[in-house]
Amino acid sequence: MLERLLIISAILFCIGLYGVLSRRHMIAVLMSVELMFNAVNVALVAFSRYTVPAVNRLSGSHVGMERFVLEGQTLAVFVIVVAAAEVALGLALIIALARRRDTVHISDLNTLRR
Amino acid sequence: MGITARDLFLIAPELALTVGATVVVLSGLVSRQRQLTLVLALLGLAVTFAFAIALWDNVHANGAQSAFNDSLIVDKFALYIKFLVAGTAALVLIASSEYAERFRPYGSEFTGLVLFSAAGLMLLAAAADLITIYVSLELATLPVVALAAFVRTRIAPIEAGVKYLLLSAVSSAFLLYGFAFLYGASGTMQVVGGSSGAPTIAQALGEGSPDVPFGGLAIMAGAILATAGFGFKLSMVPFQMWTPDVYEGAPTPVGAFLATASKAAAFAVVLRLFYEALGGSSADWSTLFAALAAITMTIGNLVAIVQSNVKRLLGYSAIAHAGYLLIGVAAVTAHGQETQDAAGISSVLFYLAGYAAMTLAAFFAVIVLTQRSGDERIEAMAGMGKRAPLAALALAVALLGLTGIPPTVGFMGKLFLFNAAVNSGLVWLAVVGAVNSVVSAYYYVGIIRTMYLREPAGDASPVAAAFSGRLTLWITVAAILVLGFWPGGLLEVARTAASGLVS
Repeated sequence: MLERLLIISAILFCIGLYGVLSRRHMIAVLMSVELMFNAVNVALVAFSRYTVPAVNRLSGSHVGMERFVLEGQTLAVFVIVVAAAEVALGLALIIALARRRDTVHISDLNTLRR
Repeated sequence: MGITARDLFLIAPELALTVGATVVVLSGLVSRQRQLTLVLALLGLAVTFAFAIALWDNVHANGAQSAFNDSLIVDKFALYIKFLVAGTAALVLIASSEYAERFRPYGSEFTGLVLFSAAGLMLLAAAADLITIYVSLELATLPVVALAAFVRTRIAPIEAGVKYLLLSAVSSAFLLYGFAFLYGASGTMQVVGGSSGAPTIAQALGEGSPDVPFGGLAIMAGAILATAGFGFKLSMVPFQMWTPDVYEGAPTPVGAFLATASKAAAFAVVLRLFYEALGGSSADWSTLFAALAAITMTIGNLVAIVQSNVKRLLGYSAIAHAGYLLIGVAAVTAHGQETQDAAGISSVLFYLAGYAAMTLAAFFAVIVLTQRSGDERIEAMAGMGKRAPLAALALAVALLGLTGIPPTVGFMGKLFLFNAAVNSGLVWLAVVGAVNSVVSAYYYVGIIRTMYLREPAGDASPVAAAFSGRLTLWITVAAILVLGFWPGGLLEVARTAASGLVS
């Protein structure tokens, strides 16, 4: 099962990366980045579910070590939160850009080039 | 479990900085005086410094300590970076107090965002597990996106912000994918061991990988993806594309902050991850980093030659210097050289401080020189030797330092880095570094020649600098020269900090 989930995760990651590289519309690029983050989340949760935590494998006592058991899922939660913050910033920049330039295509952003 | 008073004491510098940033932002509701904003911010930084010094004494007496259930580690290595970040933030804020006029009425938000980002960088240096590394990395990055696009009336800053946001998001995705594989292969996110005794990545990998699909390949893939993710932060080739664009488009003080504080913390976390978590693995990271170092400095220096905008040139110079610093990382990760590790780490730490002084001096001089005309072309620097003697002198000293000419700190720093490389058996890399320094002299000295030997094209009136600008120029130039003449003191501190990581 872990292998299948990891393959799904890799496919999602590649689709996201392709979207980032090929899309011109900035909202589409942000959506593609989101896809990459969610591919990572699939991998994290899959690892967390299907592998034995090092704490259970290596240490004798588990008292006070609960925090080290579901670390993959914990990171996935943080990724979701941070991704939301990133999108908020991205949308703010899109609005600023649209007001200034009347375009939201990243290929039109070419003033900073020699 | 639960938060204890000890935990709070161990993150007191970051707490003080966060409180200071909040107070600064809120003060903007009451008063829009930029002096008040600056004083409040410096107060917050002073408290931060005081706590960091208290922690240094504490760590000196009791050894490294972990906080918040082992998610943070407070050792001298982390504290060294914290001092560097806080000092850089203070200098950037003082130097930008005049520049901040153009941010009105959002000067306090600008200052607050710089402080929030600095707090994130300080946490990053102390992060002990992958979750904390990721969260503090984003805490440091996201405010900088807003800072880069702070002047929304022009298109260039918005473009800089968009590029920085999109590339940092993609690099975060790579970093996280790498973290996922490291976690999958080892079963833990712990980079540095703490008081709870939970196993770290290095220990888990040492015990033999559990039955993960792809086995050792997962560790390899994880480390390479994480390197790609961090490579963006370090402006390492081939992830350097954003650097010149953001440095050119963003407000000059933001460029200064990005080039110094942000880079210092990123190098700290790369050293920690590859030394503590992956140092024991059989893969040859040294060759990878040596190759990246050689490519990074060569491309940075070659492309810098043809630049005509001084901020863009500093961007390529930052790429080249990331290459020099990677020499130190390659030396640290070299095999069978355990005794040399402290020397390699301390040479990187020393160069980070020296590089911060030189780059800040260069950016602060550019702030003064472009204050009135806003013309950032190198040609516009003609005659500045007479029009703005102090700023031109500071820029000249900084550029000579970046070239690596004695008696500046740049010479000493490169000497230690190349020495560490030779001691780790990377003689060829030291030679590449030295050749690159010679190449870089061409464009650095070109600016100095333009400033002193060419007559100004039009306006030849003197360019006045505000007191705050002159103060920061004096401080940074003094640091470049003093550390160049007497590097012993800082080197000793860097060694102590490095030994904190090694032991």
